[in-house]
Amino acid sequence: MTPFTYSCPKTIEEAIVAAESGPDVRFIGGGTNLIDLMKMGVEHPRRIIDLNKLPLKMIEEHNGGLRIGALVSNTDAANHPLVRSRYPVLSQAILAGATQQLRNKATMGGNLLQRTRCYYFYDPSFEECNKRRPGSGCAAIKGYNRIHAILGASDQCIAVQPSDMCVALLALDAVVQVDGPPRSIPMRDFHRLPGSTPQIDTNLQPGQLITAIDLPPIPYGRRSVYIKVRDRNSFAFALVSVATVLDTRPDGVIRKAHIALGGVAMKPWRATKAEQLLAGKKPDENTLRAAAGAELQPAKGYRDNAFKIELAKRCIIRSVQSALRAG
Amino acid sequence: MENIIGEPLDRIDGRLKVTGRAVYAYEHKIPNAATAVLVTSTIAKGRIASIDSKAAGRVPGVLLVLTWENAIKLNNPLNTAAPGHERSPARAITALQDNLVRYANEPIVVVVAESFESAEQAASLVEVRYTPEPHHVNLESRLSEAYTPKKAGGGGDPAVSKRGDMNAGMSQADLRLEQTYSTPFEVHNPMEPHATIAVWDAPDRLTLYDATQGIFSDRGRVASLFGLKPENVRVISPYLGGGFGSKGPVWSHVALAAMAAKKLNRPVKLAVKRPQMFGMLGLRSQTRQTLRIAARRDGTITALGNDTWSHTSSFDEFVEASSLCARMLYQSPNNSTAQRLVVSDIGTPSYMRAPGEAPGTYALEAAMDEMAYALKMDPLEFRLKNYAETDPEENKPWSSKSLSDCYRMGAERFGWRRRPLEPRSMRDGNTLIGWGMATSVYPTRRSVSNASARLNADGTFSVDAGTQDLGTGTYTIMTQVAAQSFGVEPQQVKFRLGDTEFPQTPVSGGSQTAASTGSAVHLAAQALREKLIQMAVSDPASPLSGVSAQDVVLEAGRLYARGNPSKSETFQQLLARQRLPYLEAKADARPGEEKNQYSMYAFGAQFAEVRVDADFGQIRVSRMTGCFGAGKILNAKTARSQFMGGMIWGIGMALYEHAAMDARLGRFVNNNLAEYQSRQISTSGTSKQSGWMKKMTTSTRSAPRASAKLVSPVQPQPSRTPSFTPPANASATFPLLSTSCLHKVPEPGILLPAPRLFALSSATEWLKLTFARYPSARFSTARLRSSAATSCFGSESRPFRS
Ligand SMILES: Cc1cc2nc3c(=O)[nH]c(=O)nc-3n(C[C@H](O)[C@H](O)[C@H](O)COP(=O)(O)OP(=O)(O)OC[C@H]3O[C@@H](n4cnc5c(N)ncnc54)[C@H](O)[C@@H]3O)c2cc1C
Ligand code: SF4
Repeated sequence: MTPFTYSCPKTIEEAIVAAESGPDVRFIGGGTNLIDLMKMGVEHPRRIIDLNKLPLKMIEEHNGGLRIGALVSNTDAANHPLVRSRYPVLSQAILAGATQQLRNKATMGGNLLQRTRCYYFYDPSFEECNKRRPGSGCAAIKGYNRIHAILGASDQCIAVQPSDMCVALLALDAVVQVDGPPRSIPMRDFHRLPGSTPQIDTNLQPGQLITAIDLPPIPYGRRSVYIKVRDRNSFAFALVSVATVLDTRPDGVIRKAHIALGGVAMKPWRATKAEQLLAGKKPDENTLRAAAGAELQPAKGYRDNAFKIELAKRCIIRSVQSALRAG
Repeated sequence: MENIIGEPLDRIDGRLKVTGRAVYAYEHKIPNAATAVLVTSTIAKGRIASIDSKAAGRVPGVLLVLTWENAIKLNNPLNTAAPGHERSPARAITALQDNLVRYANEPIVVVVAESFESAEQAASLVEVRYTPEPHHVNLESRLSEAYTPKKAGGGGDPAVSKRGDMNAGMSQADLRLEQTYSTPFEVHNPMEPHATIAVWDAPDRLTLYDATQGIFSDRGRVASLFGLKPENVRVISPYLGGGFGSKGPVWSHVALAAMAAKKLNRPVKLAVKRPQMFGMLGLRSQTRQTLRIAARRDGTITALGNDTWSHTSSFDEFVEASSLCARMLYQSPNNSTAQRLVVSDIGTPSYMRAPGEAPGTYALEAAMDEMAYALKMDPLEFRLKNYAETDPEENKPWSSKSLSDCYRMGAERFGWRRRPLEPRSMRDGNTLIGWGMATSVYPTRRSVSNASARLNADGTFSVDAGTQDLGTGTYTIMTQVAAQSFGVEPQQVKFRLGDTEFPQTPVSGGSQTAASTGSAVHLAAQALREKLIQMAVSDPASPLSGVSAQDVVLEAGRLYARGNPSKSETFQQLLARQRLPYLEAKADARPGEEKNQYSMYAFGAQFAEVRVDADFGQIRVSRMTGCFGAGKILNAKTARSQFMGGMIWGIGMALYEHAAMDARLGRFVNNNLAEYQSRQISTSGTSKQSGWMKKMTTSTRSAPRASAKLVSPVQPQPSRTPSFTPPANASATFPLLSTSCLHKVPEPGILLPAPRLFALSSATEWLKLTFARYPSARFSTARLRSSAATSCFGSESRPFRS
């Protein structure tokens, strides 16, 4: 670990000013990802700005929806009565992640920015990793890639964004509120696919502070479900996950489907093709299979992860079927 | 006081551990200790071209950068045998003795600094350049290069064995099965990483605080490496956070800590970091096992064979002896087993949690199930049909074998007879339900061991034996044995272990500590008791003078004449009168004739129910039952915890554990506990203790035999197993693990065998059948481990706030 200095500002302004001091600055929320990466030698910040004294721990009604402060713990967000009643899919997704101890510590802002679990990224003694060392190559493409992407990858990087929470946030059309300067970033634009710049995970600029996450009002938000397929039932990242929210007519026809996949790409993946194919239809087996198939049509498997393609299709199908029974 | 042995006494060290007061190797407070960290190789084979440590040396607080260029030369680190001599059992270590890189993650630099932080920072700045050479780490593609070793397994069995005529046996059969099973690399991953503090008390005297399963073998090896007298090396290891075999041998880091301390002339502490634990500390080799079973229509096995291939390293030899259990577990007149080794550029594989038996019973029991399926026979019936009444390989009687009772009790508790034969015939909505069973077996070992018992003038009673407590409960069981054998309450015993100043004991490996050191403690305490009584009855000034020795009882710190409590005195009074500061007895316990007369194993039967999500392939183990005939149980609670541990590890092995090798780089990639998944408590659910305390006893105390039948339970208790719900409509949660144990008393005066089991659950096998016969799941059976998504036990627990 490289030595660093530490400060703990009390106001958003102070935090933003402190962050302007250079590229080697990192905010710290729960520290459950950052400290790990520092210990592994992936991150080498010289200055740490602790956000825990900032007044960003609120969960409140906002424009008919909810505003969740960036410093709210994952546990508190998942257990909040308004989240549980209006956006159960978010609660389920958060609780499907990590462990109780980690969720007690992890913050909403930190969860949005958690980095990939690609083995070759996480351990800097692997030489090739374009995300960690641009231009060095991608060891995963040639190596062991069971947990890697099947959608939206590039020949530079095939990592996945590992967050469960983000999958639900995307399905719920959440908006990330940022300061320094103030900006709103819709979830669908927050994370980036690798393309030729795999080193950049998100569209947040260095030094910008996440202040809150806004959830728009979704009257049918209870008709939703989060499904996570993983090797072990706790303390394991998703192989594939899916968050589905359905607006249905009394006759069972889907008016609008929100479907987001996790574990498949470097961003939570909105299944827009599947959503289009389901809109206005009764979700029988064939319709579902066709919708899921269309969404995964561009998918590309690598040596160890091709199973994810079929798994993702089945996740979509099961999630719609389950969501229809929910709420 | 009669029945302390066997009682479910709470762990004596439990409170110390949960309050953080048990001091583990790295935590000993040694004044002036410097901190060392390792830098390990990032290539699998080649040479170190250069090491640039200038930047590292500039980090404030750095004291030493140790490389092959300034390392102290060790004596015979590779442990090559002198001509005409057998090699000692120690592992070859490389410890910076040359510039060769033999495997990835081999220690190549040691950085020592005033603080851990400085050492870490400096270590990250060391620049190593290599001249790489092509490496080989694949097993499957290099089977033709394999060689046959001489011996296999901890008991030194021959690597190849044949009896009868395999070909004839195959041709006599109606059904023949040949199937290849593979198991992946696995890494021990004990909670406590390996750690050593080395203190040179004088130029020729060394003290090591070491996380080791064998203080005496540690002492011997380190003494030989540094050319010291063994008695000048002291090893201290009072607590261990697990080891699973990986802390048995001395690995490079121990020598490196001592080397750094010598160089700096001050104490040095060194802990191996989690990612560094993948390679240099032993691991379980991948295995490829080809099983052959031939059987008649009625289920009689006519031939049985296992050909195993596994890795060894380029600089040492280790055999993952998984074929051995196929020699003795079933009656098979024609039998052929062989071990072959492929030399790979990996750290030397080593003993890991039931070495040999764990992967071996998996493959054997999987093949047995496949054969049962082909025969359309119940898998348990098939096993009973081929039950071995004596050891078919050694042609000897078993020291004890209650396996048929284990089968019967386990089957009853589990509800096995309701199992339909047809795979995939039990469903709960989208969930397929599978029931499987398998046999457990592990050899019963025992080595020479010593202990001393001492009664002090103040009446306190203490017992010492070198030995180690891996977390298995050694402190507790030895206390119980000492208390009962001497005649005091457990609270009055002070049992000490983990120090080479105490009497010599064997390594805590191969499940031999309870039997070996337990026997020594028993004999020492008994000898002391006899000495004390003798002293009293022959002391004219004692109220007990002239009483016959058999009629003296010890109770509550006093000696009494049986039937005449007025004839009595305290221990203190007796010792004071004799002017003795203490009274001591020593004993050594060694394996006797039983080794030659009997074939000795612990047996068991395990039953599992798994639920497989038909769409996702996710696997849950919803309940398991295990029944074990493991000899005399010294503590019902700690033994049960061992059984549970064995079953839980079995599930972990079947469903999760897999050190993923990137063959291109020759490196393990999932080198952390987030990605190397093993079972954890949060997914292990609760356990049911059904009928545990139901004590069974043998009808005879003569030499144990398979025919020694169980007689009536001593304290019959209603079974607490909840009534069984037929699976077709089973939506309720099932009890999870339950274990029970058959108490047997093997031989008078000898505490045998160790309360420890292992068997891989046949969940694996059932899953295999499930997947093999499940067309819409596109996960191939061969890759079940790595590609099937699995999950276990219970849903996410309710969220809570800390
Ligand atoms: C063993 C393990 C298992 C896990 N399993 C799962 C899982 O199954 N599913 C899952 O989704 N997650 C999982 N996680 C990840 C966990 O969810 C994240 O570590 C956590 O959400 C990160 O939050 P944090 O507050 O601790 O982030 P930190 O570590 O504090 O920060 C992470 C990053 O965000 C930045 N940051 C933090 N807050 C802000 C802010 N307000 N504005 C701008 N930048 C900010 C930091 O600078 C840092 O770069 C697991 C983690 C571990 C260690
Ligand atoms: S997939 Fe991305 S993160 Fe992983 S090695 Fe390749 S470039 Fe690095």
